[in-house]
Amino acid sequence: MSEDRDPRDPRLERIRAWLGQARFFAEEVYSARYRGAIARSRRDEDDLFMLLVFSEMMGLSNPVAYYTLELQPLLLERFHDWHRRMGMEHSPLDHFKCC
Amino acid sequence: MSAIVLLVLGLGAMAAGYFLYSRFIAEKIYRLDPDYKTPAHEFEDGVDYVPTNRFVLWGHHFTSVAGAAPIVGPAIAVIWGWLPAFLWVVLGTIFFAGVHDSGAIWASVRNKAKSVGALTGDVVGKRARSIFMIVIFLVLLMVNAVFAVVIAGLMMNFSSAVVPVWGAILVALIIGQLIYRRLLSLPMVSIIGVISLYALIGIGPSVPIQMPAEVAGLSGNAVWILILFGYAAIASLLPVWVLLQPRDYINGLQLFIGLIVLYGAILLMNPTLVAPAFNDNVPPGTPSLLPLLFVTIACGAISGFHGLVSSGTTSKQLNKETDARFVGYFGAIGEGMLALAAILAATAGFATFADWQAMYTAFGQGGVNAFVEGGAFIIHNGIGLPEATAATLLTVMAALFAGTTMDTGLRLQRYIFQEWGEIYNQQWMKKSAPATLLAVGSCLLLAFGAGGADGSGGLIIWPLFGTTNQLLAGLTLLVITVMLVRLKRPMVYTLVPLCFLLVMTIAALLIQLRSFFEQGNYFLLVLDIVVLIAAILVAMECASALKRSRAEALESRE
Repeated sequence: MSEDRDPRDPRLERIRAWLGQARFFAEEVYSARYRGAIARSRRDEDDLFMLLVFSEMMGLSNPVAYYTLELQPLLLERFHDWHRRMGMEHSPLDHFKCC
Repeated sequence: MSAIVLLVLGLGAMAAGYFLYSRFIAEKIYRLDPDYKTPAHEFEDGVDYVPTNRFVLWGHHFTSVAGAAPIVGPAIAVIWGWLPAFLWVVLGTIFFAGVHDSGAIWASVRNKAKSVGALTGDVVGKRARSIFMIVIFLVLLMVNAVFAVVIAGLMMNFSSAVVPVWGAILVALIIGQLIYRRLLSLPMVSIIGVISLYALIGIGPSVPIQMPAEVAGLSGNAVWILILFGYAAIASLLPVWVLLQPRDYINGLQLFIGLIVLYGAILLMNPTLVAPAFNDNVPPGTPSLLPLLFVTIACGAISGFHGLVSSGTTSKQLNKETDARFVGYFGAIGEGMLALAAILAATAGFATFADWQAMYTAFGQGGVNAFVEGGAFIIHNGIGLPEATAATLLTVMAALFAGTTMDTGLRLQRYIFQEWGEIYNQQWMKKSAPATLLAVGSCLLLAFGAGGADGSGGLIIWPLFGTTNQLLAGLTLLVITVMLVRLKRPMVYTLVPLCFLLVMTIAALLIQLRSFFEQGNYFLLVLDIVVLIAAILVAMECASALKRSRAEALESRE
C-alpha cells in the first residue's frame, strides 16, 4: 500500500509543511516569553562555573585545579564577556590579558 | 435587549477602532516606520532581544496582559446597569487602552526598549521615577491581595473547581518536565495537557471539596487565602521553566478555548439582557457611578499594567516598528473582548431580573461569581454542557488566571524588596527567601487588614486597585505625551485620556476617603491617603513636565 504513496506527493508535502509551521508556532509561543529569564539563570550558573575554573589564577585555592585546568582553553572564548559581566573592566589576571 | 445585538455592536465598534482609529494614530501621530531598526534587531542577543513573528508576539502580549482583572472589574461594575460598563469598555478600549498600549511599545522601541519606569526617569525626570516605583509597588501589593481573595471566594463558592484548579498545577508541572527533558514534542504535549485539564474539569463536579466553615479558629475563606499565599510563595521561588512557563502556556490555550465557547454559546442561545441598561435601584451603599465606574473597570478599558508588559518584554521582541499597532492595539482589543464577555455573562446569564438582583445585593457583590454563574447559564443553554461543568470551566479559567498573576506578582514584588536591600545595603533583604516572606507578609496584611479576620471583605480594595492601576497608565501616557510634544506632533490624543484619568482617579480617591472614614476603616483610609498623595504628585508632575517640554519645543521653533 505504501508503494503507491509517493513520498514527494505535493499534498503530503503541504501537510508536512503546515505541521512544521504549527510546531514552530507552538514552540515559539511556549519559549519566547521566558527565553530571557531561562538564559539568564543559565548564565548565572555558567558564571559560577567560570569562577571555579579560573579561581586558582585569582589566588583562591581550588582542590580540583588539576581537572579544571584542562577546561580553561575551552572557556577562554567566554572569558572576556565573563570578567566584564563581573564588573571588571579589564582582565583580572596579570599574566593573561584579553583586552 | 438581545445579547447578540450588544455583542455585535461592541465587536463592530472595536473593529472600526482597529481599522480606522488605530491606523490614524499609528500613521499620523506615532508615525510608525517600517524601516526603523527596532531594538530587537539592533541589540539582537538571542536572550532578551529577539525579533519575533508578530502573531506569536501578539499571543504573548495578550496572554500576559489578560488576566482575571478584566473579568472581575466589569462583573462588579454592571451593578450600575449594563450600558455604562459597556460604553466604558468599548470606548475605553478604542480611545484609551489601544492608544496607551501601542504608544508604550512605540515609546520604548524609540528609546532602546527601555521599560516605562526607566523612561519616566529619562523623559520626565528623576522625581517622577520615584513616584513610579511607589505606584508599581502599590499595584503589585493590591493585585496579589485582591486576587487571593477572589480565588478564595471561588474555592468556597464552587467546590467543584477545587480539584481541577489544583490539578492544573500538577498538569503544568508534568508538562514542564516533559518539555524540558524533551520526552515528547510540543504539539503532542499541548494536546495531552488540554485533554487532561478538561478531563479534570469534567470530573470536578463529581468530586467537590468543601473547606469546612471553620478550621482551627479561622474561617474557611481565611484558610484558602493562607494556602494560596503559601502556594504563590513557593511557586515564585521555583525556576520559571518548572511551573510558570508550562502553566502560562496551558492558560493561554485555555483562554482561547474559553472565549470561543462563551462567545459561541451567546450566539447560539441569544440570551436577553435581564439587567437594566441603567440601574436606578442600586443597593444602598453603592457609590456614585461617576467617578467610581472608571476605576472599577481598569483592565478591559485602560490599565497601566499593560504599559509594563509593552515596554518590558514586548518592545524588545518587536520585529518591525509597524507591528506595534497590531501587537499593542489589537492586544488591547483582545482584553476588551474578554471584558465584553464578562459584561454579557453578568447581565444576560440570569433567567429573570429578580435572579440578577439577588446576585447584586451590595457593591462589590456579584463580581466573578456573577460571571461564573451567568456564563454557566449561557453555556448550558447555548451548547448544552451541564451547568455544573460549565461553572467549573469558567471558575477554573478565572482562578488559573488569578493564580498565575499572583505567582508573577509576588515574584516582581520580591525583586523590588531585593532591590531595596541593594539600595539600603541590607544583606538579609537581598536573599530570595526573606524578600519573598516580606512580599507575602505585606500582601497578607492587606488581605486581612482590609477585610477583617475572615478576609472575606477584601474586595473593598478593588476600586483602590483600579485607581492605582490608572495612575500607572497616567504615568505612561505622560511619557508618550512629552515625547509627542518634543517631536512637535499633536498631543491631544494622549493628553485628553491622561487628564480624564487623573480627574477620575483623584475624584474616586476623595469619595472613597470619605466612605472609609465613615466606616471607620482606618487601615484603608491610610492606604487611600498614600495613593491620593501619589495621584496628586503625578498630576503636578504632568503639569510641570508638559509646561517645560512645551517651552522647550517653542524655543527650538524660534
